[in-house]
Amino acid sequence: MSSERYLVRGAQLSDGTTTDLLLADGVITGTGTKLSDAGATVIDADGLIALPGLVDLHTHLREPGYEQSETVLTGSQAAAIGGFTTVFAMANTSPVQDTAGVVEQVLALGESAGYVTVQPIGAVTVGLEGVRLAELGAMAASRANVRVFSDDGFCVSDPLLMRRALEYVKAFDGVVAQHSQEPRLTVGAQMNEGALSSELGLTGWPAVAEESIIARDVLLAEHVGSRLHVCHLSTAGAVDVVRWAKARGINVTAEVTPHHLLLTEELVAGYDARYKVNPPLRRREDVEALRQGLADGTIDIIATDHAPHPVESKDCEWDAAANGMVGLESALSVAHAAVVETGFLNWKDLVRVMSTTPARIGRIQGQGQQLAVGAPAELTLYDPSARRVFGRANLMGKGVNSPYLEMTLPGQVLATFHRGYATVLDGVLRSTAQIDAARADLVGGSNE
Amino acid sequence: MRHLLSTKSLSRVEAITLLDIAEDMADVANREVKKLPTLRGKTVVNLFFEDSTRTRISFEAAAKRLSADVINFSAKGSSVSKGESLKDTAQTLAAMGADGVVIRHPASGAPQVLAGSGWIDAGIINAGDGTHEHPTQALLDAFTIRRRLHGTASRGRGLDGVTVTIVGDILHSRVARSNLWLLDTLGAHVTFIAPPTLVPADTSAWPATIGYDLDAAIDAGPDVVMMLRIQAERMNAAFFPNSREYSRRWGLDDERFSRLSSHSIVMHPGPMNRGLEISSAAADSDRSTVREQVANGVSVRMAALYLLLSGDREDS
Amino acid sequence: MTERTVLTQADITRALTRISHEILESNRGAENLVILGIPTRGVALAKRIAEIIQRIEPASAAVRVGSLDVTMYRDDLAHTRTRTPAPTQVPGSIDGATVVLVDDVLYSGRTIRAALDALGDHGRPSVVRLAVLVDRGHRELPIRADFVGKNLPSASHERINVHVTEVDGDEFVSIDGGSIDGGSTDGGTES
Ligand SMILES: [Zn+2]
Repeated sequence: MSSERYLVRGAQLSDGTTTDLLLADGVITGTGTKLSDAGATVIDADGLIALPGLVDLHTHLREPGYEQSETVLTGSQAAAIGGFTTVFAMANTSPVQDTAGVVEQVLALGESAGYVTVQPIGAVTVGLEGVRLAELGAMAASRANVRVFSDDGFCVSDPLLMRRALEYVKAFDGVVAQHSQEPRLTVGAQMNEGALSSELGLTGWPAVAEESIIARDVLLAEHVGSRLHVCHLSTAGAVDVVRWAKARGINVTAEVTPHHLLLTEELVAGYDARYKVNPPLRRREDVEALRQGLADGTIDIIATDHAPHPVESKDCEWDAAANGMVGLESALSVAHAAVVETGFLNWKDLVRVMSTTPARIGRIQGQGQQLAVGAPAELTLYDPSARRVFGRANLMGKGVNSPYLEMTLPGQVLATFHRGYATVLDGVLRSTAQIDAARADLVGGSNE
Repeated sequence: MRHLLSTKSLSRVEAITLLDIAEDMADVANREVKKLPTLRGKTVVNLFFEDSTRTRISFEAAAKRLSADVINFSAKGSSVSKGESLKDTAQTLAAMGADGVVIRHPASGAPQVLAGSGWIDAGIINAGDGTHEHPTQALLDAFTIRRRLHGTASRGRGLDGVTVTIVGDILHSRVARSNLWLLDTLGAHVTFIAPPTLVPADTSAWPATIGYDLDAAIDAGPDVVMMLRIQAERMNAAFFPNSREYSRRWGLDDERFSRLSSHSIVMHPGPMNRGLEISSAAADSDRSTVREQVANGVSVRMAALYLLLSGDREDS
Repeated sequence: MTERTVLTQADITRALTRISHEILESNRGAENLVILGIPTRGVALAKRIAEIIQRIEPASAAVRVGSLDVTMYRDDLAHTRTRTPAPTQVPGSIDGATVVLVDDVLYSGRTIRAALDALGDHGRPSVVRLAVLVDRGHRELPIRADFVGKNLPSASHERINVHVTEVDGDEFVSIDGGSIDGGSTDGGTES
């Protein structure tokens, strides 16, 4: 059987060099120039950048349980159009991903969708309730091979439970990804606490509620010699704490979302719930510190925290609205605007923070590799010179709760390849039928 | 004026115009026929997602004195408490032909969401939203102060140079916020006195002096002392140790009232906790404006309804 | 655009004097008289008429004079920009009194209709009369003035400008070909 073959002509790699890339049988079989196009679909990549497929360590796919918000299939499609080839699916589904059975179900849904690798994250505690450890070992040993554990949406606030989780996952090289939010300091919290929350009369979400948990967790990680990952840093103080921890040699990694790199709390002033997110949008100074932290390596990765919601969850008064923004479709463009155009990162850095390092933190195989002969054909072609008014038509998931609608954003993903077949071509998502056909043609025709 | 959502967005000219119209409206109460035909055929909906009989009947009286039809829509015990959204409620009111909606809502910003939503075309009056603003309360307070200071010569004037000390739960008070912006716009100087736990996180941008010492504030001889209601639920949330200590440090008790300079007036938006934030002697004295505030509330709300609901909507 | 003065200050004074005499004559004296001006310029004219009457009949009790704002009674509130009302000051009870309403220009008659409604909410006069400085025609309601300073037939696109010293600093009545869309027409086109 012959699988899809592609010859990508004249793409620029993130190091600035230009090459052709021949994709066959799910791997990169040739680089350089004058490659034979026999049997291959030729893609003119002049002016495009070829990036290793993006890896999102923080995605909410909502299935099982909240299929009106998103399914594994629609979330995978949103990921593909955004240039992703892997997403890590957060555990706050219903039922919660706290047993081997549920994580295997999500894994299977991802395989069946076929647009990206869907790697389930396991809950730290049963039902995300913060009381008892979930069956972390069983999830690690399951077919889903879970290595990242998180109660995201909730903070593992009990310090003893957090200590035990950090210790326990050492048995299988796991990592606890903490949603750092001191719950007592954030009762009823609605937006960043400061001058604007004082004026708007919205209950504040103080920076100290994030920073105090991070400080505690890095000290715990140091004490028990474990690996810690801090989700969605949002404050200048949080960057300082992580910087201090790294200088001390603590094994901590940190992430930031595209929206915290671009947007500020001023957007809340109109009470438009599209801007309601947790942690909340912060001040201009925080955005600057996050960009700086990403540039100097304090922050390791960009992760989307893609959080789709049905329209009615946002079309309401602020207090009643759900937290979260969709982000997969816009992530690369937003990162481009926030940290590449502003000179904080170059394309090589961007590959590191959006592909290589998230793959490494998540311990996932076959992702985040340099585009070289023998590497898996997981890549995306990005037109950095494009500019577009981001709109609903650009959203491929079910959620339309994007804060970027009507904004002009740079760049556009024109093609994405996963396991050697295209999930996006000519800037258009391929149909499920095309994906199914491409997969059937893969060598062996197996589903892995 | 299209909507009345906050005092922060009111200009000095707009505010004084509204207060002047309220003077005209107050005159109506002294006439043989205490009613104007102005809003005949208009429908005003009182949409209350929070109980507040006082505010609701004040708006109701205002609308009826202007001959508007009034529909009271209380969210308690209705479909709203069964999960009907603000959007569905708004669209229902739009379908009923509401020209004006007076909304009281526990969520800050709900009136603004309603005004900007496109769900309903009516003029929106914020009758108190969460801990954000309560513009008609501030307007009636300013109206009351201006009448006390200038009497029949009030028309056209601001409150330039007037010192107003507002005491109590600033953090959760929409009355305090609305008064802050309006009084500043009218030229008054505002001082907030509160326990540090009940001052918002960052007031550096507020045109107000913040202090914790009520005695010093009293001794400064302000023109106006406004006591805010202290909510029972604050006592259970560690904002201060107990009501006795609160009253001792931040209550307008008889001793503090007696030290108040002779020209000072005492205000309270009501309902009062007598013996907690204000003593009965202070509340019932002739320097207290508590009952005037209630009467003036109707006049100010008539002015607001007039400004929102008369006139060509596209022009406003 | 040509502006032409039709009444000078002296003409206006003569007209008000004549109107005052006519009021006294029809009322058979100054007894029980209440003169109410319609803001803005009608108020100034009402005060002048009251003064003239007082001068003519110095022996009678002080003529009561005040203002009657009609904004809240207009029938066009929904069709124009929001109007800012002016104060109403009715001097004492008007029950049983002879009320003379005073306005600068009589045009469609709608202002006077509103004034009659407003007046009714203040009490029940035995007689209501209307005095105007200028009657320019174009009535839309069955209303006519009892005392007229000057009849001034005009085309509806023309503009009548009334200036009185108390309000404008100078005093005259003029007519101009006018911008047809009207513009600001203080007292000129009562709409
Ligand atoms: Zn989170």
